[in-house]
Amino acid sequence: MSSTSVKTDPSPPAPSEASNRVTLGWTNRLLARPEIGALVAAVVIFIFFLIVAPAFRTPASFFTVLYQSSTIGIVAVAVGMLMIGGEFDLSAGVLVTTAGLFNAMFCYQLGINLWVGAILSLVLCLCIGFLNGYLVMRTGIPSFLITLGTFFVLQGANLGVTKLVTGSVSSPNINQMAGYSSLNWLFANEWEIGSVTLSITVVWWFLFVAVSAYVLQRTKIGNWIYAVGGNAASARAVGVPVTRVKVGLFMTVSFLGWFAGMHYLYNYNTLQAGNGVGNEFLYIIAAVVGGTLLTGGYGNAIGVAIGAFIFGMTSLCIVYAGWDPNWFKAFLGVMLLLAVMVNLYVKKLSTSRKVG
Amino acid sequence: MTPTRARRGLTVAGVVAVVAIAAAACSGGGATNTTSTGGGGGGGGNSGYTFAMITHETPGDTFWDRIKAGANQAAKDTGSTLKYSSDPDAAKQAVLIQNAIDSKVDGIATTLVTPDALIPTIKKAIAAGIPVDTFNSGIDFFQQAGALTHFASNEKLAGQAAGKRAAAAGATKILCTIQQSGSVALEDRCAGVKDTFPNTENLQVNGADDAAVTTAIQAKLTEDKSINWIVTLGAPQALDSIKAAQGAGRADVKIGTFDTNPDAAQAVQDGKIQWFIDQQPYLQGYMAITQLYLYKKNGNVLGGGQAVLTGPSFVDKTNIAQVMPFIKNNTR
Repeated sequence: MSSTSVKTDPSPPAPSEASNRVTLGWTNRLLARPEIGALVAAVVIFIFFLIVAPAFRTPASFFTVLYQSSTIGIVAVAVGMLMIGGEFDLSAGVLVTTAGLFNAMFCYQLGINLWVGAILSLVLCLCIGFLNGYLVMRTGIPSFLITLGTFFVLQGANLGVTKLVTGSVSSPNINQMAGYSSLNWLFANEWEIGSVTLSITVVWWFLFVAVSAYVLQRTKIGNWIYAVGGNAASARAVGVPVTRVKVGLFMTVSFLGWFAGMHYLYNYNTLQAGNGVGNEFLYIIAAVVGGTLLTGGYGNAIGVAIGAFIFGMTSLCIVYAGWDPNWFKAFLGVMLLLAVMVNLYVKKLSTSRKVG
Repeated sequence: MTPTRARRGLTVAGVVAVVAIAAAACSGGGATNTTSTGGGGGGGGNSGYTFAMITHETPGDTFWDRIKAGANQAAKDTGSTLKYSSDPDAAKQAVLIQNAIDSKVDGIATTLVTPDALIPTIKKAIAAGIPVDTFNSGIDFFQQAGALTHFASNEKLAGQAAGKRAAAAGATKILCTIQQSGSVALEDRCAGVKDTFPNTENLQVNGADDAAVTTAIQAKLTEDKSINWIVTLGAPQALDSIKAAQGAGRADVKIGTFDTNPDAAQAVQDGKIQWFIDQQPYLQGYMAITQLYLYKKNGNVLGGGQAVLTGPSFVDKTNIAQVMPFIKNNTR
């Protein structure tokens, strides 16, 4: 999507002479990284559950956790980038369901190859993403409100259209249709490796994280994303195409939302029209726990991935430990609060450093 | 004070208008009905009644489609008009009942999912001379609310029957999954299972995310190897359980579920799910409206002061073939 002419640009070279710069100790440099808080938390939680949950100590369990993390993590990659760019998308959770429902119903009703529906569904999702971004940039209304609007529109349309088309509130089963096997392989394949089951979503997740990390850290577009999130006005003043960057970010979210939607459809064959509600907050939580600032301009892809992993790990390890999963949400809230406070502290630390 | 009163006047005018429109619309519905049934079914015709049905439907749950289908058919068969509204929030459901009272409907059918929040408003309706019957949930409270009767499956009884069935099929430990937190009816089902099969453990899952349901059940099966039966409280979770059992490498785990959908019914036919428990939602919706009609028309009350049970009825491999066409028709 966003791999335009990325030449190693000599324009912002790191000053080779460090005479007038502060060389920071490794502790400070480490603390200034967005993902460090999340990494420490992940390791602590990992060890904690290894101790209290014997069932978690098998490789198979670890891969189940990875799968669960990937279902949140894939969309969270894009949501994290969007938040670094200073915007929110509350419609991401239901968009996932919209993508799958559209594909299933369109193909089932017309009896055409599922690939056609999958591609049209992608176009539809990109349009929704574009609309989100365009409305936010055009009206200047906070993205929180715009996407809250699209969230409700999609939630209602998911139910209403599904009811109209199928007479029920779940999509028809598509596993007998043309194109199913190849799409199932692409979006929901599983490999049995010894005792563990590797889901293809985990591979995709890692791939998307790698691409996102590369784009954010090594490309011009990455710099633009940090710039528009940090201060859109000054970014525009130095020539960053703010509107294009932000609209592009919204479309990235809708692209990965579509991708997750395809997984849900081809893994579970039918979708309930009410699904996905609430997941938008999980994506945001993954990003925030991973060190992304709500105000934009700060965060990175690895942190968001760790955030999603922490989410997957805690949600399942509470079960592995044999505890009552009713407590999970409370635990999640505590995690979120801690993460926000750690982030605030880290940010203070990094901004209060004086050049001596 | 005056502006409020003026506004109230406007509201009343609005309500009257709505009722008038509804009454006008009803004549059309009744007319088509008489031609289609040919007057064979006793009731029929244009009775002119308007009944309100108010539920705690969660949008997107296939179960409520069948309740509505039944209620619509009953309204058609009795030539009355049905006004359906729903809200999962207890306070808002009470407001909807109040709306029905204000619009002076001829009868109210409501679910009693949160008795404490709804009973005061139901009593108001009865005081205003509007007959009320209840259905689906609240079997222990309908008398207290003063409702004519109650149409429901006994959730606890259903759970107990499920526990017995699983025990007979060789269960050593049952996992009972609850897909929505804080619902008395769902907790009752699992409590019933536990009554007849004490070695039952509950698992809370996120019903809005199939991946989360699958992985949570898979994790539980890994954690506790003694579980060899799963009872789910909704059909989608039963389908997720099939995947979870495969993922955990536990082909020995058997699955039973409350309620159904076409895919789960197919899975029963294929032997992947042992049975589902049907509380016959279509019947609940149909009877709730028909009871109101009969009460208005002829003073009849079903049940003799007790609830009228629409379930539990079990559907397994032996009788799935008979039920399958109705499931595909979305009426069962």
